[in-house]
Amino acid sequence: MGQTITEKIFSGHVGKKVYAGEIVRSNIDMIIGNDITTPISIKAFEESGAEKLANPDGFALVLDHFIPAKDIASANQAKISREFAYKHDLKNYFDEKDMGIEHALLPEKGLVVPGDVIIGADSHTCTHGALGAFSTGMGSTDLAFGMITGGNWFKVPESIKVIFTGELQANVYGKDLILEVVRQIGVDGALYQALEFTGSTIETLSMDDRFSLCNMAIEAGAKNGIIAVDDITKAFLADKNLAREPKLHYSDDDANYVRVVKIDVTNLEPVIAYPSLPSNGKPLSQAVADKIAVDQVFIGSCTNGRLSDLKMASEILKGKRVARRTRLIVTPATQQIFKDAERLGYIDIIIDAGGVVSNPTCGACLGGYMGILGDGEVAIATTNRNFVGRMGARSSGIYLANSAVAAASAITGFITDPLSLQ
Amino acid sequence: MQTIEGKVWNFGKDIDTDLIIAARYLNTSVPEELAKHVMEDADPTFVKSMTPGDIIVADDNFGCGSSREHAPIALKAAGVAAVIAPTFARIFYRNAFNMGLPIFELPESREIKKGDVVTINMDEGTITNKTNGKVYKFTPIPPFMQELIDAGGLMNFAANEVAKGEK
Repeated sequence: MGQTITEKIFSGHVGKKVYAGEIVRSNIDMIIGNDITTPISIKAFEESGAEKLANPDGFALVLDHFIPAKDIASANQAKISREFAYKHDLKNYFDEKDMGIEHALLPEKGLVVPGDVIIGADSHTCTHGALGAFSTGMGSTDLAFGMITGGNWFKVPESIKVIFTGELQANVYGKDLILEVVRQIGVDGALYQALEFTGSTIETLSMDDRFSLCNMAIEAGAKNGIIAVDDITKAFLADKNLAREPKLHYSDDDANYVRVVKIDVTNLEPVIAYPSLPSNGKPLSQAVADKIAVDQVFIGSCTNGRLSDLKMASEILKGKRVARRTRLIVTPATQQIFKDAERLGYIDIIIDAGGVVSNPTCGACLGGYMGILGDGEVAIATTNRNFVGRMGARSSGIYLANSAVAAASAITGFITDPLSLQ
Repeated sequence: MQTIEGKVWNFGKDIDTDLIIAARYLNTSVPEELAKHVMEDADPTFVKSMTPGDIIVADDNFGCGSSREHAPIALKAAGVAAVIAPTFARIFYRNAFNMGLPIFELPESREIKKGDVVTINMDEGTITNKTNGKVYKFTPIPPFMQELIDAGGLMNFAANEVAKGEK
């Protein structure tokens, strides 16, 4: 019987053919922790009596959520991770010196590789599936188990095959593809399952768009999102100093899928997810007709804080000014993206337009640090979640969108079609 | 006989972990601190009105969103004795077991209303609504999870391996 790419990755790791539904204990190639979730893992690690990590180089500790510390409690929390990193002389330890959001930083550093099994104590760990790896979010205790033993238990997931066909319209990106998937199947439409993204539209999709697409697989409840390696992936990897030799896997023609979702993108408009679920997507034309005023525009996060996001924002903002009653915050996802955006002139354009450019951080996306929304305020954000209170006050509202729509909306102060500004 | 009995609080579907414990409180992982704000954005009166031992009965996809283990920690520390829902989000499901928060999958969860008193009998696999006498069978815990529970949970399993010098 044929296998899906996800089944093949697990088969490769456990040394025999395994299929969906089987429970396997697999070794893990990369374990990812951050400043919020790792302290609980460290406590469990130390209570277990473990003295060293099973695979120290297969552990990446990225301080990105509340760093630089926003208050004394955050500073004390970060200390736990820092002291652990120094004690264990962790090689893959990224603090303020090498700042970046974990899911943008690790691919940039070559630490996540095609064919890997990756876990992270962060639900958006599914991002790395864009590189043809199995990558999933888990809790802190499961992370600790991985740190101690080098592996963990997995139920090999069933797969949903999503086939995108057709050519994307102007201003439609990977973000819109995943918002459309979540709109169609719902926030629990892929519960416990893999979302495998295929089709002619994917074949020309950039890596930045693929990361956005896989990043929000969790918003459909999926265990992982995955895209097989092709020439675009290989070009992305070409200049990286990869931590391991990539292993390329491809689904068999007769692989078993629990469901096939076909999406013709030819007439797909940018998708705007209305408050308060990512599945609440509407076409941009409807959002424009609804005349939705925005107090804050946020461009950033592990979903859309990459160089292409800053590029498209700066192209739209060039020579323009952010609306009087609207604020714009732009957060490059890593220091490298920040530097590249600076060199290419994007940062100057954004600042001249009235935007604030922050250090790399998860920051405003989760309402924990900087860019918090006040009572009744409305934001359009390039992030992944528009849950109640996600970015601040319980009475605030969040519309999710791609970076081009977000930038256009900053100029007018209303959710806006970038094409209408030309 | 292992039983849990408590008064019911209802919550709807897709209760995400931001609603269970908002990110603004994640600058600590101290259970008692987290407990002060549990379910705050879903129902700001919950923490003040609930009594330790109460049971949450929700609709589909409880615990979706962020992987934060602070969510089951906050529920447990606040004294929530169990959570019952037709389905749970994947990461929350695993975290709840790892944290020792009892959770039960029950397709008929919607029939159980706020203020009802329910008894969960873990040996028999039943949930009884004492308010109206209805008895339900909850979805059995997957055999693999049961094995882990029998071994004292995931971290006990890890500690045993450390002690045996396997790692």
